[in-house]
Amino acid sequence: MALSVKHLLGIKDLNRQDIEQIFLTADNFKQVLQRPIKKVPTLRDTTVANIFFENSTRTRLSFELAEKRLGADVVNFSASGSSVSKGETLIDTVNNILAMKVDMVVMRHSASGAPWFLANHIDASIVNAGDGTNEHPTQALLDAYSMREQLGNLKGKRIAILGDIMHSRVALSNIYCLNKLGAEVVVSGPPTLIPKHIEALGVKVEYNVKKALEWCDVANVLRIQLERQHKPLFSTLREYALYYGVNKSMLDSLEKRIVVMHPGPINRGVEISSDAADSNQSIILNQVENGVAIRMAVIYLLSGKRDINE
Amino acid sequence: MKTLLDSTRMNITLQRLAHQLVEDHPSFTDTVIIGIQPRGIYLSDRIAAMVKKISGNKQIDYGHLDITFYRDDVHTSNIQVPKHTNINFSIEGRNVILVDDVLYTGRTIRSAMDALIDFGRPKKVELLTLIDRRFSRELPVQPDYVGFAVDTILTQKVKVYWQEKDDKDEVVLIDKDK
Repeated sequence: MALSVKHLLGIKDLNRQDIEQIFLTADNFKQVLQRPIKKVPTLRDTTVANIFFENSTRTRLSFELAEKRLGADVVNFSASGSSVSKGETLIDTVNNILAMKVDMVVMRHSASGAPWFLANHIDASIVNAGDGTNEHPTQALLDAYSMREQLGNLKGKRIAILGDIMHSRVALSNIYCLNKLGAEVVVSGPPTLIPKHIEALGVKVEYNVKKALEWCDVANVLRIQLERQHKPLFSTLREYALYYGVNKSMLDSLEKRIVVMHPGPINRGVEISSDAADSNQSIILNQVENGVAIRMAVIYLLSGKRDINE
Repeated sequence: MKTLLDSTRMNITLQRLAHQLVEDHPSFTDTVIIGIQPRGIYLSDRIAAMVKKISGNKQIDYGHLDITFYRDDVHTSNIQVPKHTNINFSIEGRNVILVDDVLYTGRTIRSAMDALIDFGRPKKVELLTLIDRRFSRELPVQPDYVGFAVDTILTQKVKVYWQEKDDKDEVVLIDKDK
């Protein structure tokens, strides 16, 4: 049994069985990560290139650790300080890296769809580590995996995604993933940050953050992506925090205890206050911990049969 | 298809293996039993239960080991989703009895030894197998406790059925090309 796809470009391309398989495999890797020897020799014959055309701390570190703990060799590439600034094209850059006998590519790119474009031009397996405002599949997988750890089967569970839905690849991948697992999804935030017709993806819109919190079992709070907002979409950060931010007193006023998540990096005091982010309802650091196991599972499951003569 | 062991003979053989283990490890305090996933665990479940009864020691450490991440054929066979590893005790400095249903090429046991050593440094590792397919080893691995030895050729397959999983206890020899 392997995944139904050769690359992990987006959650859109996966089916429910794929996601369940990734979770089952991640359970095992999570166990490996708790042992004194936190690695396995499974991919010692594999080389993975992490190609990051956009900034990242968590995702890149998490991928690198996942690869190393699978026994793979790792090369890292970031666009700043590379020949990209001299005008090299994406395909040339990647083909040059592959010419050095690399088996798998993990890529983050600011252009939506870049990994799909690459998949049509190269043979190696590609894992999308975030493309523009489109998808961030491993984040959605680790989010759903962390929710599953807290709530069990996600079928019928209520998930609210709060904040900058418009610019968030985490939001889109989360919506696809949670839909496939049978959860109910509500998106919430200021109208200027929620795309028109998002209901077509099978989610409901609730502009009142308090109401969304009252409804949900889990609140996944997203970062305000100022770097992608080329025109002002709300007046001030203070106003945003006041009307759309999540804080501890709000959480305490709810009838039930909900789970609070954030994919990071956090703008403390904007979309979420420090007392909420650091409260015992928050599983933000569990998300980070699970990220390594999920990425190990994805890389392992994608590195199946290889043509020896290739 | 030929029956090698029926359920009565299989039970006698399992009893013998359990008695042999207790004979060699009287108190079973420094000895642990570990079954190899996926199909070795039915054998090890039975053996562990029998050993507890025979030795009178109810506190025997017993676990399951999945070897998927230690296989040497990740890129030549289809990728496999692992089963659970469950070793909630230390193997450091202790005797480990690895248990699998059929010993054939020896590659699974090689992987199992690699996996085991990531949990600690055992004093000694022994191998118990219900069926030993002799003269087909690809690695220098030999069992310490054998239920039934059988001489087979490449086109044959030995299949062990377990009550818990397959609703019957039986060992059969199958000719693949027939």
